[in-house]
Amino acid sequence: MHSGLCNFYKIVAYGTRRRLIKTIFKEDSGDLERFVLLAAMSVALMLADARLAQMTLVRSGLVLAATPLQWVVQLPARTARWISDVSTSREFLESENARLTARNMVLEGKSQRLISMEAENIRLRMLLNASDSLDESVMVAEVISVDPDPFTHKIFIDKGSRHGVFKGQPVLGATGLMGQVVQVDPYSSRVLLITDSNHAIPVQVARNGLRAIAIGTSSTMNLELVHVPDTADIRVGDTLISSGMGRRFPSGYPVAVVVDINHHPGRPFAKVRATPTAELDRGRYVLLVFTEQSRTPAQAGAPAAGATETPAEATLPDTGAQ
Amino acid sequence: MEGRPGDNLLIVVSFIVAIVVYNIPLPHVIEYGRPEWISLVLLYWAVALPNRIGLATAWSIGLLLDVLTGAILGRNALAMLLLAFLAHRLYQRLRMFPALQQALIVFLVVGLQLLLLHWIDSFHAVVSPPYFYLIPSLTSALFWPLVYFLLHTARLRAR
Repeated sequence: MHSGLCNFYKIVAYGTRRRLIKTIFKEDSGDLERFVLLAAMSVALMLADARLAQMTLVRSGLVLAATPLQWVVQLPARTARWISDVSTSREFLESENARLTARNMVLEGKSQRLISMEAENIRLRMLLNASDSLDESVMVAEVISVDPDPFTHKIFIDKGSRHGVFKGQPVLGATGLMGQVVQVDPYSSRVLLITDSNHAIPVQVARNGLRAIAIGTSSTMNLELVHVPDTADIRVGDTLISSGMGRRFPSGYPVAVVVDINHHPGRPFAKVRATPTAELDRGRYVLLVFTEQSRTPAQAGAPAAGATETPAEATLPDTGAQ
Repeated sequence: MEGRPGDNLLIVVSFIVAIVVYNIPLPHVIEYGRPEWISLVLLYWAVALPNRIGLATAWSIGLLLDVLTGAILGRNALAMLLLAFLAHRLYQRLRMFPALQQALIVFLVVGLQLLLLHWIDSFHAVVSPPYFYLIPSLTSALFWPLVYFLLHTARLRAR
């Protein structure tokens, strides 16, 4: 046989073998291109979401589309709640009812005095020409779920833009300030709690009015006061109330109690830790506050007025009663 | 390995279950080690049916998670995309590996994903204390054999 022909056969055989190997271990063609394309799309989306105001429309559309799945996701929590509701015994309910009735009596007694005090306060403020309005209305919202990420402190509530909730709205618990609304969807919204490490709230010491800023530490038990001078008059046990500066939170609500003050000679500021008064990690109901100053002109006439407190809603059980 | 028509339903159901399980509230201490269930399920399908679960699917699932969790749009999309891409590169080897070695790969891949998420977060937020965010990669690796077993038997049953 010709050696040339033999070589030719060899080459053909080699070629087919390589093709065979290629087909067996086929690299998914175009995988890398698609990866790069989709990665670029994600980055573009993130930039757009961070910078463009129009993206809220896109997001609310997506949220509306994902609502059924959202409902399914919250199903276990709802079921657990339903089971605990159904399985509470009659005696427990009766005793709780008695307790709450008694408590309601006490609170109403206190509020009688409050009415006259409030009237007096308004008169005094009028004398001082102060334009601080005290009439704040609230709306009760139920906590549906909690963000699963342990590093972000967010809760999900069942009232949304259809109920008049707006971005930046202050949220109260039964015993103190809880946080603010950061994202509003049509039928639900997300609340950033004051203990989230991305949250800061202007406060003042109730005793003497010393101002400070309390930032979250991503632990449910701790807030940290920043830039408090070493010589500042602040003590363990002091109650911190919202100062109303920054115009986001109404003034005068309890925020936290100082638990630890650490003076370090090497540091310019004292290290002050405080525990939130609101029970941030329990409780089922929260209050959304509508204040005159927090309501922007566009929202002042919006459905907020119709959705605000009615006597029936106000008699809902207390937060953190369990 | 070509997919069967019955697999489609199983894929959808498994993802929904993963999302639901991921969102179940846990006690505070265990919370830090919450396995990345959705990533594990995606990893399984990307290895088992790489032709069915492509990069676009993974990206869409990530986007859905962004919408559900209220994160910045594209955050989870990019992370899931990375996961699927790595899975597509590794699937032939991963199928051959014994369980322990698979778990090691899962640890690395999920760890990379968490690193990416942390990195994205660090651009626009104050982020968590160092290295805590990597704990889920360890628990994910521990739970990988369970996820693999469950989905595998479910697929065999569905036939």
